[in-house]
Amino acid sequence: MRLGRVFDDRTRRVVTSEVYRRSRDVRGGLFRVLLQIALLVALLVLAILLVDTVTDGWSILDGRLGDFLAGGLRSQSGDPELGVFQGIRGSLWIAVFVIVLAFPLGIGAAIYLEEYAPKSRLTSFIDLNIRNLAGVPSVVYGLLGLAIFVRGLKDLTGGQSVTAAGITLAVLVLPIVIITSAEAIRAVPQSLREAGYGAGATKWEVIRTQVLPYAAPGILTGTLLSLSRAIGEAAPLILVGAVTGFLGGQSGLVDVSQLQERFTALPIVITEWVQESGRDRGFAPAAAAAIVVMLVVVLLLNSAAILLRNHFEKKR
Amino acid sequence: MATVTDAAEVAMNGDGAVPQASEAPPGVAAAAEGETFPPDVVFRVEDLNCYYGPNLAVRDVTMDISEREITAIIGPSGCGKTTVLRCFNRMNDLIEGARATGTLLFRGVDLYDPRVDPVEVRRRVGMVFQKPNPFPKSVFDNVAYGPRIAGSVPKSELPDVVEASLRRAALFDEVKDRLKDSAIGLSGGQQQRLCIARAIATSPDVLLMDEPCSALDPISTAHIEELMHNLKEEYTIIIVTHNMQQAARISDRTAFFTADVDAESNSRYGLLVEFDDTEKIFSNPSDERTENYVTGRFG
Repeated sequence: MRLGRVFDDRTRRVVTSEVYRRSRDVRGGLFRVLLQIALLVALLVLAILLVDTVTDGWSILDGRLGDFLAGGLRSQSGDPELGVFQGIRGSLWIAVFVIVLAFPLGIGAAIYLEEYAPKSRLTSFIDLNIRNLAGVPSVVYGLLGLAIFVRGLKDLTGGQSVTAAGITLAVLVLPIVIITSAEAIRAVPQSLREAGYGAGATKWEVIRTQVLPYAAPGILTGTLLSLSRAIGEAAPLILVGAVTGFLGGQSGLVDVSQLQERFTALPIVITEWVQESGRDRGFAPAAAAAIVVMLVVVLLLNSAAILLRNHFEKKR
Repeated sequence: MATVTDAAEVAMNGDGAVPQASEAPPGVAAAAEGETFPPDVVFRVEDLNCYYGPNLAVRDVTMDISEREITAIIGPSGCGKTTVLRCFNRMNDLIEGARATGTLLFRGVDLYDPRVDPVEVRRRVGMVFQKPNPFPKSVFDNVAYGPRIAGSVPKSELPDVVEASLRRAALFDEVKDRLKDSAIGLSGGQQQRLCIARAIATSPDVLLMDEPCSALDPISTAHIEELMHNLKEEYTIIIVTHNMQQAARISDRTAFFTADVDAESNSRYGLLVEFDDTEKIFSNPSDERTENYVTGRFG
């Protein structure tokens, strides 16, 4: 072979001993396995929970799903009208309040903080406090809701109503919406802003035509995660006065006249039924079925969010 | 100074030019408060100091930028080339704490007068950046961006403006079938020419270019240099470049900046060493520092 003539054997042996893989990278391999285990454990726990819940609730999901989706809170598990309709209704209205109140306010505040506010100590102080607010336990927001929206603004909200609950949860997720939106806006490359200004755009035009379209997917992801959080919260709703025992006379998902009436929501229904199952075994499958319903609701909202995000990502 | 200019004009043109001389002053004089502003001077910079917060970045820059010429700004890193360039369209306003003192006249108007709207300035003084920064939109929308937000062009004429700008930037033939495609899919050189097309779509007076070829390969660089040579017929161009050969090849006038250290505060600042015809700067500079730099002995 010609190779032998160009490179003598000795050189080749030396280089071979240097560049050939000597031993397997043990630590790297170990690390990789650990990471895989971490992922597996997380998925496994989730799968077990899901399977367990579906099995527990199967008698209802398989047997009387239609009635269950249309029924309401009842004191006996054997009641054929037992169901989650009122819970779905309350949760969906809470979602509407969060979307209408927390999203515009939060995104607006984020735009102001990132684009307009001067870089001063006051701004970083406000920024820090918003971060702290995001970590405040949800029960505290429940107390706030009880004091302000249930008692203080009784004339507006009707007291222990879905309106008061919706506003409370909107306030609860507001800091999260601000933080995630601000993060998304901060990730917009400065070169893009400069390109806009360089082409003769005003600040508002740069924000509207460049910054917001670029940040939209990130803003959307953050805001919809916060929506899922709002829908899953039970503690503040208990304080605001969600109904746990018997709730009658609610019909129609979009009956606006009932916004100031008493209400319940899916997490409350689940908590209540789990507690009741000690007294009345029949509530256990009902609670499991309600969990499955709530997961489906959240999943639907999240898929809507992902579709929207993909749409915006394609546009940017 | 006004009288000197007037006297020179009268002397040069003789009696026959008197009507012209009396015609010209009213409009121009209003702009420069009684001073006759030379019509071929686009920018007049006098004792310009640029600061970032409390730090002096560039000291005492004085230069005239002439119309339809390419002025190159060269110098080692950290000498304030980009800072000075970004004064010409008030781009430094975007940087928190940046400010400028001294005089910077754009056709006789003080650019740092509080009544001046930087947005309007940037429509007349376009900019091309170091790294190609097309918008993540279609090729067409990129070029149409400036005219659209300025509202200067009726919608029906936008395609014509876009095509003319792309042709001017020597890019049209390459992208004519992909006008609706995203600009991000273009090559680096094409993206930079797109940015030039975007800058000239608002029909500015001046083009500022901040090391426009530093991220490009030699062939794309040659494209852009040729393009600049053609654009000179219509636009006044100021270019910051690290590449001395590029400055020598394309510019009419060259400003050499360098960095110095303040003896008292021990802080670095940039200063203009020499500003002259490019040929003179590269063949027979009057300052030793310029000579050392252009011959590669320093920097």
